[in-house]
Amino acid sequence: MTFAYHRPRTIDAFWDTLAGSPGGVQLLAGGTDVVVGLNKGTTVPAAVVDLKGLDVLRSDIAAVDGRLRVAALNVMSDLIRDERMRRHFPALVEAAAEVGSVQIRNRATLAGNICNASPAADTAPPLLVYGAMVKILGPTGDRSVPLRDFFAAPRVTVLEPGDVVTAIDLPFEPQPRGSAFLRVTRRRGFDLGTVSVSCLVARGEPARFAFGAVGPTPLLAVDESGVLGPEPGEPAAEGEAIERLLEVTSPISDVRGGREYRAAMLDALSRRVLARARERLERGAVGPG
Amino acid sequence: MGTSLHELSVTVNGQLRTLRVPPHHTLLRMLRDDLDLTGTKECCTEGECGACTVLLDGTAVDSCLVLAVEADGAELTTIEALADDEPLDPLQAAFVERGAVQCGFCIPGMIMTAKSLLADNPQPSRADVVEAVAGNLCRCGGYTFIVEAVLAAAEAER
Repeated sequence: MTFAYHRPRTIDAFWDTLAGSPGGVQLLAGGTDVVVGLNKGTTVPAAVVDLKGLDVLRSDIAAVDGRLRVAALNVMSDLIRDERMRRHFPALVEAAAEVGSVQIRNRATLAGNICNASPAADTAPPLLVYGAMVKILGPTGDRSVPLRDFFAAPRVTVLEPGDVVTAIDLPFEPQPRGSAFLRVTRRRGFDLGTVSVSCLVARGEPARFAFGAVGPTPLLAVDESGVLGPEPGEPAAEGEAIERLLEVTSPISDVRGGREYRAAMLDALSRRVLARARERLERGAVGPG
Repeated sequence: MGTSLHELSVTVNGQLRTLRVPPHHTLLRMLRDDLDLTGTKECCTEGECGACTVLLDGTAVDSCLVLAVEADGAELTTIEALADDEPLDPLQAAFVERGAVQCGFCIPGMIMTAKSLLADNPQPSRADVVEAVAGNLCRCGGYTFIVEAVLAAAEAER
């Protein structure tokens, strides 16, 4: 099944293209999800609009106003190579390194991973614990949306027609902190995560957890009880605190795992990722360089 | 639907080629069917097996997940860029010497992935090689010899 292909060079041309393309329009960045759908015939757009001609989406990863900014066209391999990313946002680097294979990571964009809005998007849990902001440019201007408000439903975001994500901002925090990401998958190198968990701990702050593939969208949960602090506490109380956090999740059974298996893995991964985040804080976690 | 052929120019293995393709054709299909470069293999067409790996502006990609039109202006390197006779490329020589080729179907993709790895990291560890070829399936199960061949090629280049 064929379609019209457009590669606008300016944002105005992009909006003109959308206005002139009634029927289904599919935006294209790295293509690692979109082209699979086109090849299989599960995505049948009237037009594909390639975003790679838009300079407003293209930039190196840059520190801007206390944030590390990832442009919409930066790919997973860019994140993995970036020293500031490795130092300040290690859980995101761990998640990016889990996406597909080298060939996929060389094409797949971070922005595409979140715009695709899969509940299992590997990069979503770490982005949630880091308080990532999504920068959006639309016909009525630009705005910034916290990632936790960005996902509306499985495969649905709050983006309106004409909106395009231009960048994802990761705020640097002054205090030391420890963070990590873990997931279980059936086969490393290809498959989506069966369950994924990210955690961030810092002194004087509640621990933040985020969960992937266990609800309609990636989920953020903050330990307001303060039990899950930067130092290991009483195991029974910690177990209960984790159980309370997991109340936001609603794992289902599917081809990648059963509901019970996912629930068990959620508990195990949460404990493990918390321990790893604490270790990193202990070892001398970082603030802005 | 307003669909038409798109004219595009790509440099393939150092040679500038101009051709017209429909927008839904993948880079893989363009290489094999339009340019007759059948060394790049078609297998899963969903980015899982790596048999179609080529270098796009020097970066390893699955050519089944790139539309041909996206490659307009790009530089492509396929397995045909390597030697077809003695003296072989160090990677080709190492794959032959180490017995890393069984049925051979995955080998063009393996070699292109390894090319990309060695260009970025000329002295990779075994773990680096294993990670690099994680996106290339070998159904003969020849991974041990393949990894050894990549390490031997790196050693030979030292």
